[in-house]
Amino acid sequence: MLSNPLAKTVAFTATALVATLGLAQKPYAGLEATVLTFTGPQIAEPLQRRAPEFEAKTGGKIKVVTVPFSDLYQQILTDGTTGTNSYQAWVFAPQWLADFVPAGIIEDLSAKVAASKDIQWNDIAPFFRDFSATYGGKIYTVPLDGDFQMVYYRTDVLQRLNLKPPQTWDDYLAIAKAANGKPWSPDGKPIYGSCIAKKRNAQSYWMFTSILGGYVQSQGTKQGAFFDTTTMKPLVKNEAFAEALRIYKETTRYGPPDELNLDVGDTRGLFTAGRCALSVDWGDIGPLSVDPKTSKVKDKVGAVILPGSRKVLDRASGKLVDCNAQRCPYAINGVNRAPYAAFGGWSGGINAKADPKTQQMLFDFFAYMSAPAQSGKDVTIGITGFNPYRISHFKNLNNWVAAGFSPAGAKNYLGAIEASLNSPNMILDLRIPKNQQYQQVVLDKALSQFLAGEINAQQTMDQIDSGWEEITNAEGRDAQLKAYRLTLSIDK
Amino acid sequence: MALRQTKNSPTRGLLPRLEAWLEHRAGAVFLWPAVVLMLALAIFPLLASIYLSLSRIQFRAGEVSFRFVGWANYQKLLFGSEQTHFLGVAKALPPLGWLVFAGVLGLLLGWILRHLRRKGSLGGLLYRIGVSALVGFLVWSLLSRLAGQPGTVQTTLVYVLFGTAMQYLLGLGLALLCAQKLPGIRFFRVIYLLPLAITPVGVAYMFRMLTDTGRGPLSPLWNVLGLSNFSWVNDPWGARFAVMIGDIWQWTPFMFIVLLAAVQSLPQEQIEAAVVDGANRIQTFVHIVFPYLIPVSASLLLIRLIEAFKIVDLPNVLTNGGPGTATESMTLQAFFAWRTLDLGGAAAIAFLLLILVSLIVTLYANGVVARVRRD
Repeated sequence: MLSNPLAKTVAFTATALVATLGLAQKPYAGLEATVLTFTGPQIAEPLQRRAPEFEAKTGGKIKVVTVPFSDLYQQILTDGTTGTNSYQAWVFAPQWLADFVPAGIIEDLSAKVAASKDIQWNDIAPFFRDFSATYGGKIYTVPLDGDFQMVYYRTDVLQRLNLKPPQTWDDYLAIAKAANGKPWSPDGKPIYGSCIAKKRNAQSYWMFTSILGGYVQSQGTKQGAFFDTTTMKPLVKNEAFAEALRIYKETTRYGPPDELNLDVGDTRGLFTAGRCALSVDWGDIGPLSVDPKTSKVKDKVGAVILPGSRKVLDRASGKLVDCNAQRCPYAINGVNRAPYAAFGGWSGGINAKADPKTQQMLFDFFAYMSAPAQSGKDVTIGITGFNPYRISHFKNLNNWVAAGFSPAGAKNYLGAIEASLNSPNMILDLRIPKNQQYQQVVLDKALSQFLAGEINAQQTMDQIDSGWEEITNAEGRDAQLKAYRLTLSIDK
Repeated sequence: MALRQTKNSPTRGLLPRLEAWLEHRAGAVFLWPAVVLMLALAIFPLLASIYLSLSRIQFRAGEVSFRFVGWANYQKLLFGSEQTHFLGVAKALPPLGWLVFAGVLGLLLGWILRHLRRKGSLGGLLYRIGVSALVGFLVWSLLSRLAGQPGTVQTTLVYVLFGTAMQYLLGLGLALLCAQKLPGIRFFRVIYLLPLAITPVGVAYMFRMLTDTGRGPLSPLWNVLGLSNFSWVNDPWGARFAVMIGDIWQWTPFMFIVLLAAVQSLPQEQIEAAVVDGANRIQTFVHIVFPYLIPVSASLLLIRLIEAFKIVDLPNVLTNGGPGTATESMTLQAFFAWRTLDLGGAAAIAFLLLILVSLIVTLYANGVVARVRRD
């Protein structure tokens, strides 16, 4: 105990100074916020891992809450619109901005982005910066992930079969058929020709559009792949859709027996365990394949831009016609490809009803997550579910090599993503009001019924067509058409 | 004098007047709290959900609103894009289907003829014709969809009818077995009750692991049987059976425990008398034991029928309603609709389920329970 009054005063002053300095260094000390995302481990893992780092640096405490993917959209929307506001921020699909912005639940981040140095906004690839993060000319989200679907293949399997990576979906089926049942898994078990996540109420329906893309869109991004851009009629009841359904179903013949119940996590596990020759997925399999803890196919995995087709849809007749210079201006070697920016990449958005200081803290948290120093490492780790989306992610090979990629493997993987990102015929994901209903409800259900043999291809197309038309009519055809044309930048 | 005193002194007359008023209004006084509670907790929510089923939810800036859309949600389910999902697709009946349908029609015809032979009332005859037409339609609708593609209505009926019947038969068998004086029977009584104590989600996860032929704990067994490349969940009927097996496993103990109590209260004198008269075990069961169990069984099946219509957790966790929509019950369909914020659609499904349950339970109560009570 200090008995001298002078000593007491000195001690008190010193303590106060230390406390004051500490607070100054930690601008968000005492602040706490809850971020909602989907049940991981992907996406939730890096948030949970980076949150304590952010707290140590700024004093702001971030609590991460997760719900199943199929519940995420409605949790965000109902929480915000009913005024419950249990969550101050969300990490979600930027597609849903079409519903969240009109509902007035999400904060405009344009000013914060302009004021922030940490975020290094111009390092984010233009597609994610100007399309995914932006809605109606304002910035609403901070990109944390870049999403394109690709085809992954086992390089050793293709070598044994003396085949090249698939250029078309027919090539994909031929490889899958040739490889299926061969005892080429690391433990000598038979491999599956193709592993594609096909579980309902999960993230499977995007894979179908990846197959459909090359058949339905050939004139560039503005042509659109979901609706006619003048009538808003669904591009569903035609030969392109029927062909994509045929291929989608045939891949099941070469897949695991319970493929209809497999989500992306399951197929990724099977692929990295060496049980699959081919797979269709986002960028996650690349980093997962070099993870020494789980992968048995290190340096045996290749990635390629989504295969395409030599025939494309003639929208006037609804028939498939051969590609030529006019019909397929972006075709390479006669193959029309339409890489699919499926989902658009997990992004952080902030609740408009959170208090300004909490909003700033959450923006700083997302900026911290997205900054090259952090994200450059996170995108190389498979479990994060984050894929490259910054220019620096593609340029800096050191992080990838440090994560376990061979230089050639890293180039191959990043090259497949860059080829998709730079394609003038890229398919933008659907981003109009009720897109979740169009895709996650109507499309997903019809596809799962088709795969289960409950309905045939014609019934599937009829069901999707009538379901989409019902939503369009309920929401207003003109309003939906306007929104659709806006997303494709046909109208400004 | 006394009367005048009462009239002129209100304090003295208040108590008797209050007593008289209470006497007169006792019924209402005791009833009203319950009525208010019922109105608040059951009737008003019911009315609100009727309105919900006739509306569509909209999210506007900072608010939620409901737009009245008339019968659109019902139209969608019964005639629109959800028709095949909800009602299934009919197909011509196979020979076995015709046989079953003919059998049901024969029973219904016999029921009507019996009434005519007894020279019953015209009202009774019209009632029988109406009920027979309804039952005939329901059976035909069920069989034709089972031959084609069952919707969630038919899938629910299969779960309810097949599941409840199997649970009753197994529960009865186990009850008769456990009523015997066998060594260790107490242990088995407890064991047979365990499934009832497990949460349905736990049961669903357990069956999900058991039916996983590739990685589940029974995979060596499936390998030996040559079923390692088979998946229960890829085949619609395989998946439905997996759900039904889980449901039967969980609910058989409920039947078992009630029937065991009934079996143990059987009057032993009658059984002993039957044995003395030379009746064998089957005759004793048919003529003494089963008739004694019928009243309990009728009520037990009624309770289980109502409960079984609400099946949701098992197909949701075990198969996620798939493959396709093969294992989706009406409640699960309503849950999926609710989860995608189609609150009007979910409410419409719930009301159609309420109508179906009421119809079947009324038929059962009038046809079976009332008859048992009369007998």
